[in-house]
Amino acid sequence: MSIHAKKASDFISNEERTNWHDGALWHVRNKRDISASKIPEWELLRSTASQIKENVLSNLDNYLIQFEEEAKKNGVHVHWAANDDEHNSIVSAILNKHNAKKVVKSKSMLTEECGLNHFLEDQGIEIIDTDLGERIIQLRDEPPSHIVLPAIHIKKEEVGELFHAKLGTEKGNADPTYLTRAARTHLNHKFFEADAAITGVNFAIAETGGIVICTNEGNADMGCHSAPVHIHCMGLEKLLPKAEHLGVFIRLLARSATGQPSTIYTSHYHKPESGKEMHIVIVDNGRSEQLGKEDFRNSLKCIRCGACMNTCPIYRRSGGHSYHATIPGPIGAILQPNRNLQEYSDLPFASTLCGSCSDVCPVKINIHEQLYKWRQEIYKHNELPKSKIIPLKVTTNILASSTMYNIMGKLARTSLKLLPDFLLYNKLNTWGKNRELPAPPKESFKEWYKKNKHE
Amino acid sequence: MNYTVGLFIPCYIDQFFPEVGKATLELLEKNGCKVIYPEEQTCCGQPMANTGMEEVGKKIYQSMGELFKGCDYIVGPSPSCVYHITKHYDVVEQTPEIKHLRAHTYDLVEFLYDILHIEKLEVSFPYRVGLHKGCHGLRGMQLDNPSELMKDIPSKWGHVLGLVKDIQMTELTRTDECCGFGGTFAVAEEAVSTKMGRDRIADHVNNNVEVITSGDMSCLMHLKGIIDRQKSNLKVMHIANILNGDHI
Ligand code: SF4
Repeated sequence: MSIHAKKASDFISNEERTNWHDGALWHVRNKRDISASKIPEWELLRSTASQIKENVLSNLDNYLIQFEEEAKKNGVHVHWAANDDEHNSIVSAILNKHNAKKVVKSKSMLTEECGLNHFLEDQGIEIIDTDLGERIIQLRDEPPSHIVLPAIHIKKEEVGELFHAKLGTEKGNADPTYLTRAARTHLNHKFFEADAAITGVNFAIAETGGIVICTNEGNADMGCHSAPVHIHCMGLEKLLPKAEHLGVFIRLLARSATGQPSTIYTSHYHKPESGKEMHIVIVDNGRSEQLGKEDFRNSLKCIRCGACMNTCPIYRRSGGHSYHATIPGPIGAILQPNRNLQEYSDLPFASTLCGSCSDVCPVKINIHEQLYKWRQEIYKHNELPKSKIIPLKVTTNILASSTMYNIMGKLARTSLKLLPDFLLYNKLNTWGKNRELPAPPKESFKEWYKKNKHE
Repeated sequence: MNYTVGLFIPCYIDQFFPEVGKATLELLEKNGCKVIYPEEQTCCGQPMANTGMEEVGKKIYQSMGELFKGCDYIVGPSPSCVYHITKHYDVVEQTPEIKHLRAHTYDLVEFLYDILHIEKLEVSFPYRVGLHKGCHGLRGMQLDNPSELMKDIPSKWGHVLGLVKDIQMTELTRTDECCGFGGTFAVAEEAVSTKMGRDRIADHVNNNVEVITSGDMSCLMHLKGIIDRQKSNLKVMHIANILNGDHI
């Protein structure tokens, strides 16, 4: 069994919890539908966004240079990191320069991808995730299970227990308002003590050198406004050519993510306040390689809204951790194999290719088609398990010969009184664990046709 | 209007569900088509390709082109297999036969709607029916409006079922969620696959459906496998059988 299949099966073994997880995410998908349906030009927005990103990917070098120039003019320090190690070293050098020991960080999948938290912790730096969901999983010492709703796999009762143990809230109190207030008080102390703030970046504007951060909790702003140094970490694909393009994406992002018209805070950062320092770290970490792969490059259009996860019938029932990757779900399944084909060769198979992800995606990434293409790559690179290859090779040889096919089918249906397992692709017992087999008909269509229609 | 139609019967329908093949053939003939059935056909190659073994399955593609080269149209009762031919046969040499095949292969309902413009059916089906919109037909071929898209794509399935007398079409809570079959996914990810299937069935049951229908028998085979295990009396029937006036 593949890693995903195994982890998914473990997750599903608690069916009640699976139903709860599925229902919670389906609810978010529904809110997205309602919100999108109120925008008559929704589909036009999607194609416009997709085309703007197409332009960005085709001219990425120029936009990056332009962005750096403009940001520097604004008095921002710009750094380039080829990979995760470089990213972490750059961030830690900035922190060391300022002797920063206490750091607050708002949501950033990029720093997650680079393993920044553990890197800094090993150097004795306290790094606190300030997004409520992220703080919950940080206190549990777990990775996020979703890119927008990192703690979606945890029930409020479990948060109550966690906060009781870690933050001293009342035992047995799982009231969301009470718990949120407790977290807010706890985090406010962290904001006031912070020596530096780190944030992710939603959009970076080449024309202005500014960046945009979208949050619902205002935690990115709390950090940046209270600390003397703020560092913004971004993947190099986050660019938009002009400020005027932002509207298209802001209208799509929150509606796709949660059904909100926009996030509560859409904050634009252009330059540091006087006496402060602002840094931007631009990270490649495999992105330029993905850009060079024609079939897969437009996965870099992703704006990390999470809609493909909410809609994915597999993700909803297998949980984000079953993808054993920083970015889970459909988009993770097309991004992760680029990073390590061997390690993530199971992910493109964690899909029925139903295509819901592609239709929900606000930047129209053809996710399910890329899953199909990754499957072909995985076979070509010999990363397909033998348990899949051998039966299908046998099957192909049978199917390539009409005579063989007829004989095998007949043997299976009549003599053996079993259904042809070459059509069931695998051992019958896996199919039959939770399902019956169809009753074998006495003759195939072809046999019937020969008897009845052959003149 | 007297089209010569090549009947394409996918392998699993040939072997497991011959009645779907018969209904397709009869429907096409009733509607004035001259139907030929090239008997050497086996499979479209989708099971291999979806598992990443397109390279291996490819040898079947060219022979499909050869088999159907004289037909005006090629029609099969399976959006999933039709989608595979039209969409994924781009990886072999585009001979005139392959080009013709890819441009003229239709799913049965798509053919009835797009080419024959069917407006009348003299059949009755007095049951509460739930439509399972198979994903390849829905999102790949847009035989209906996918719930994710804010568009107004007409429902070809809805149109043809609407011509059947006494049928009661039933709204589902989740109108177009995948059933979890997915070819080799059904066994490679058995736990998720069957959970998805159980959830789909529960939706039909909760909305008082008596018969689940679909354009894709593979989805129905998976769902029926679970229904039978649950010993429920919910029925499944391919859309071709309903349109052909067959009885449960
Ligand atoms: S792939 Fe599309 S739907 Fe998925 S997170 Fe990215 S932008 Fe959102």
